[in-house]
Amino acid sequence: MRDLLITGARLLDPASGLDAPGALLVRDGAIADLGPGLTAPDDAEVLDANGACLAPGLVDLRANLGEPGAEHRETIASAAAAAAAGGITTLCVLPDTDPALDDPALLSFIIRRGEATGSVALLPYGAATVGCAGKELAELGLLREAGAIAFTDGVRAIGNARTMRLALSYARAFGAFVVQHPEEPSLAAGGSATEGELATRLGLPAIPPAAEAMMVARDIALARMTGGHVHFAHVSTAAALDLIRAAKAEGLLVTADTAPPYFDLNETAIGDYRTYAKLSPPLRTEADRRAVVAALADGTLDAIASDHQPRDADDKRLPFAQAEAGGAGLATLLAVTLARVHAGDIPMLTALGLLTAKPAALLGLACGRLAKGAPADLVLFHPDRGWKVEAGKLPGKAQNSPFDGRALEGRVLGTWKSGRRVFGG
Amino acid sequence: MSHPSKHLLAIEGLEPPHIADLLDLAESYALLNRSGKTQRDLLKGRTLINLFFEDSTRTRTSFELAGKRLGADVINMSVSTSSVNKGETLLDTASTLNAMQCDLLVIRHAQSGAPALLSQKVDAAVINAGDGTHEHPTQALLDALTIRRHKGSLEGLIVAICGDIAHSRVARSNIHLLTTMGSRVRIIGPPTLIPADVARLGVEVFHDMKAGLKDADVVMMLRLQRERMSGGLVPSAREFFRFYGLDAEKLAHAKPDSIVMHPGPMNRGVEIDSAIADHPTRSVIGEQVEMGVACRMAVLDVLARRLPRNR
Repeated sequence: MRDLLITGARLLDPASGLDAPGALLVRDGAIADLGPGLTAPDDAEVLDANGACLAPGLVDLRANLGEPGAEHRETIASAAAAAAAGGITTLCVLPDTDPALDDPALLSFIIRRGEATGSVALLPYGAATVGCAGKELAELGLLREAGAIAFTDGVRAIGNARTMRLALSYARAFGAFVVQHPEEPSLAAGGSATEGELATRLGLPAIPPAAEAMMVARDIALARMTGGHVHFAHVSTAAALDLIRAAKAEGLLVTADTAPPYFDLNETAIGDYRTYAKLSPPLRTEADRRAVVAALADGTLDAIASDHQPRDADDKRLPFAQAEAGGAGLATLLAVTLARVHAGDIPMLTALGLLTAKPAALLGLACGRLAKGAPADLVLFHPDRGWKVEAGKLPGKAQNSPFDGRALEGRVLGTWKSGRRVFGG
Repeated sequence: MSHPSKHLLAIEGLEPPHIADLLDLAESYALLNRSGKTQRDLLKGRTLINLFFEDSTRTRTSFELAGKRLGADVINMSVSTSSVNKGETLLDTASTLNAMQCDLLVIRHAQSGAPALLSQKVDAAVINAGDGTHEHPTQALLDALTIRRHKGSLEGLIVAICGDIAHSRVARSNIHLLTTMGSRVRIIGPPTLIPADVARLGVEVFHDMKAGLKDADVVMMLRLQRERMSGGLVPSAREFFRFYGLDAEKLAHAKPDSIVMHPGPMNRGVEIDSAIADHPTRSVIGEQVEMGVACRMAVLDVLARRLPRNR
């Protein structure tokens, strides 16, 4: 492969705090050099970025793929195309597929399928319990050996406190954390919106927001008891974030992520029974949305994940309570995050860090940074270029974007995986 | 003032003049119905389909009668609720209805928002005849008309709505209509049957029925579904009746000339004492049924005016 020199870029590296004009040299799939005043080696391909931003490829901590089991919603190939268009070069995939990823062979299958795409690394979570059913522990050690980055039951909460205790405790032996969908199942059962005035007006079965905080409180207590590392996924309420903030201050092994809908939308998006905005957890009040933004800025949250959940038209064209929860999120991850930067809520490097260096560090990955020797996983984007999200015209198969109709600023111009261009150009 | 929409999906969003117009028109139909001069040509050549995904003899019959009195061709479709994928049935049904060139579609469905979803897919004017725990707009209209005939106006009246508010579409539509028209609405029930943040809808919440009924002009009882007891929201029927059932003792706290209403069908001895339900002067439950036909005629009339003249 020829060397590639990207010149005239605004280099953005959250890990080192770099935000400066310069060039970046790619050789043999890795970053060979970066900085101002680089000259192109003989034979190198030169690309002028015209001042666009060059950042590490995004590390998406959380995405559900339709494959295996729901290929009508999304295949690995279509998800990979959507990820590349969204600037994502590492995709952590949830295990609550059909079958669940509770067997080492299934993990190897996912990893190989990712390698076959050539455009995105698929890093699977292992199921925390057999079949993600929340009962007996899965073979965490064998799954870890087969490449499980961590353990979770996906969008199913591990409801039984003893099971969660065992998972946190046992996973320690293999240096892995356990990801919880923080929602007390007995309070959430049957609910499809956040309890409050809007759900009352719409006549929808509702989930009290405290269902999140009480699960977070329980699992923090279990982390304290076991010394295990608990990670809370798609945190969406102020009360839960306060608990996580306090647990971090206490020095417990507690981390958390959120997803763009929870800092960009509030519950009013479900008005008129818009099922594309039906998510799990459900969209919250404006006060909670603001608390999520504040937690992104102050470091309480460790990552922004796409929380991609592919659904097809038959899943969504139903009365609200019967429709499936979940939103497509790969193609909009960067631009919706940049909306908070444009709004002045979070600095650019903080925002990008939550999409790259911080999730990479959480998983112990070498990617997610612009540094000599690091993999040349790169995204080139124009921070201000406008576009409109239109369901039906998004890359990939899943079109169920909760942001349908949203005008965004921030467009991916090119994506490179290990030095190979996989989007744009 | 003409009706603001092609459909009638909810009371929420209607302005006082829209509601007053519908009630005035319904009043005139009530008089016409009593005079015996019922058949008119207003909906001649129009097709009205009653699409009921939930059983309801009362509401379906009322719409059927209203349509026939205005000269429409009325067809009743009962759709099995036991089919595995109700949603597919709903949208499949929409295309079937379009093919049948239905003009007015009356729908009842167990899911909140189902009529709104259907209205996006059918050509017909859609009338919500009750969706899940969302709204039942024609019930609120007939309740309002009944109240107006007895009290002259809705403004300033104290209306107490009692029982299972959380699961009641009747309560929601009534709350929207009555607060819009200037009534003071109180809701009474055990905390487990009061929906979250309902006070933001402009009502006062009471858990003590006697306090809630004090000086009320109108006492509106709701049906308590049996499954609420199996779901543990209330411990037993006898306990519910003791604290939230309407009997003479509790009714004595309301105004002496207050009227008692119930959307039916009643659970006698659970939410209402038989002696009250059948009371010759206080109970207006029979009149509610009569006003139901008149209100549905008014709704069909108003929506038909917006239909294209010829298909």
